[in-house]
Amino acid sequence: MGELKLMKGNEAFAEACIRAGADAYFGYPITPQSEVLEYLMAQKPYETTGMVVLQAESEVSAINMCYGAGGAGFKVVTSSSSPGISLKQEGISYMAGAELPLLVLNVVRGGPGLGDIQPSQSDYFQATKGGGHGDYRLYVLAPSSVQEMSDFVPIAFEMAFKYRNPVMILSDGVIGQMMEKVELFDPIPRRTIEQVEKQCPWATTGKKANRERNIITSLDLDPYKQEKHNYHLRDKYEQMKREDVRYEEIQTSDAEYLLVAYGSSARICQKTVDLARAEGIKLGLLRAITLFPFPSVRLKELSKQVKGMLAVEMSLGQMVEDVKLAVDCKIPVEHFGRTGGVIHTPSEVLDALKKQIIK
Amino acid sequence: MEIKDIIKPENLVYKKTPLLTDKALSYCPGCGHGTTHRLIMEVVEEMGIQEKTVGIAPVGCSVLAYEFMNIDMQQAAHGRAPALATALKRLMPDKFLFTYQGDGDLAAIGTAETIHACNRGENIVIIFINNGIYGMTGGQMAPTTLPGMKASTAPYGRDTHIMGNPLKMTELVAQLAGTYYVTRQSVHTPANVRKAKKAIRNAFEYSKLNKGTCFVEIVSNCNSGWKMQPVQANKWMEENMFPFYPLGDIKVPQVEKV
Repeated sequence: MGELKLMKGNEAFAEACIRAGADAYFGYPITPQSEVLEYLMAQKPYETTGMVVLQAESEVSAINMCYGAGGAGFKVVTSSSSPGISLKQEGISYMAGAELPLLVLNVVRGGPGLGDIQPSQSDYFQATKGGGHGDYRLYVLAPSSVQEMSDFVPIAFEMAFKYRNPVMILSDGVIGQMMEKVELFDPIPRRTIEQVEKQCPWATTGKKANRERNIITSLDLDPYKQEKHNYHLRDKYEQMKREDVRYEEIQTSDAEYLLVAYGSSARICQKTVDLARAEGIKLGLLRAITLFPFPSVRLKELSKQVKGMLAVEMSLGQMVEDVKLAVDCKIPVEHFGRTGGVIHTPSEVLDALKKQIIK
Repeated sequence: MEIKDIIKPENLVYKKTPLLTDKALSYCPGCGHGTTHRLIMEVVEEMGIQEKTVGIAPVGCSVLAYEFMNIDMQQAAHGRAPALATALKRLMPDKFLFTYQGDGDLAAIGTAETIHACNRGENIVIIFINNGIYGMTGGQMAPTTLPGMKASTAPYGRDTHIMGNPLKMTELVAQLAGTYYVTRQSVHTPANVRKAKKAIRNAFEYSKLNKGTCFVEIVSNCNSGWKMQPVQANKWMEENMFPFYPLGDIKVPQVEKV
């Protein structure tokens, strides 16, 4: 068993970055995720693993530092919360276009605008539909525990390098701030520069005599070449859908009704399932772990089994659109969720299920 | 004497560095970008640091700088080149990192990245091409456009009461504790080209010392944006740009020789 610790989600994420052999972190303070940078600066990984940690002058600068580091094949991380993630979108789009690996954590808070600092899930569209300009997607992981704030970090790096694409861990203020027991994985050493160059022959680590120069850019003024490039990007997103969908099912085998949720909302829905079962309602839960690619295929299968689905998310209804697309209007699909930083309770969810789906 | 009598191997006085690619430059005839590209690549060649140098191209006329320089390069989002270079230099301290940026990129949209990279004293070289105009987008007003100077977005000339004042970014960064070497040069005459090359060489040599940011401004022409013939543009630059942006060293390290 790995080392056990009681940690905040943000701290577990930061510790996991060090342990996963991250080369660099660039960030800017914003509530409720500032513990990531605070923890890293307290741990001083630059004195142990050699990981670079730098507080940038803005989220914009931080994401562009990530672009530089990712362009040289380094494992690079940034984190922020909703308004800060909006500022990073230009850079994330550039990194998707230039096909650079990146791990970006969004500890979502209520919006729009400056909003508040309470937990929310209202950045789903931004995370899963692109977020910045242009035709691109992120690989999006949604942790629902402090344990997963740690466990998802090495998975995120694996996906970021497998697809040469930014990966987002879409968390929220609950998961970032709450303390839970976490089992930490054993540290993975940072790659040497030779290993980086071997893994990433495209990296701009200095032109060697035996190879052509490497160029990192997202620019192609020829629309036909740009279109070809975009088709190449699409092929990667299709591959993600085939190979790397992740989800969890709770009491679905005999379910007549289904809740669909992710992150902290899925934690709440687990309790709702227990409450419903106690009343004799055969309720199950599908927890989406990857939000892109979305577990659409499994939801379509379940739509042949259950009578209706309730998408439960802390927003006015964003993921519900993907659930509806997956089941293709074959059964009723409704949305329930509080917004603006308010967290729904298990019994509120059960009431909504009865009112909107069971009727 | 005819042309064929002049173009002979024995009369060859200039040889293109192999660190410039064979791709035809996309710059307008008379523009200072091509010369500055050459000087940087000559310095990299002469120092033997091709394998250790990574350059960052901006957004602007020189967005395609990576097409012309035979080294590893990244192309940055508008204004963000110093952020990219910061990360790369910190991750690869033994490498030489330079950014190549125009006035809109460095002194308008990228002001924060420029100031903070310089203030942190990142051990990078910043090459700043100041021609007082947005060239690529067609001659709009730049942060360095002179008072009274015409631009497509200042068709009656820059009225400082409405449009604000030109920004002397180089004097500004020279005030910061993190800069080590700050100089302003031009490439419009052979003598100035030689001085500019020496300044670029100094900047790269100084960056070995890890003592802070080296900042080289090149005051350049933009005959297309200024709507002038190249020779006329150079004359206009001498008469108008240089009095406002005087050439010479602004911050020199207190060392005799590198």
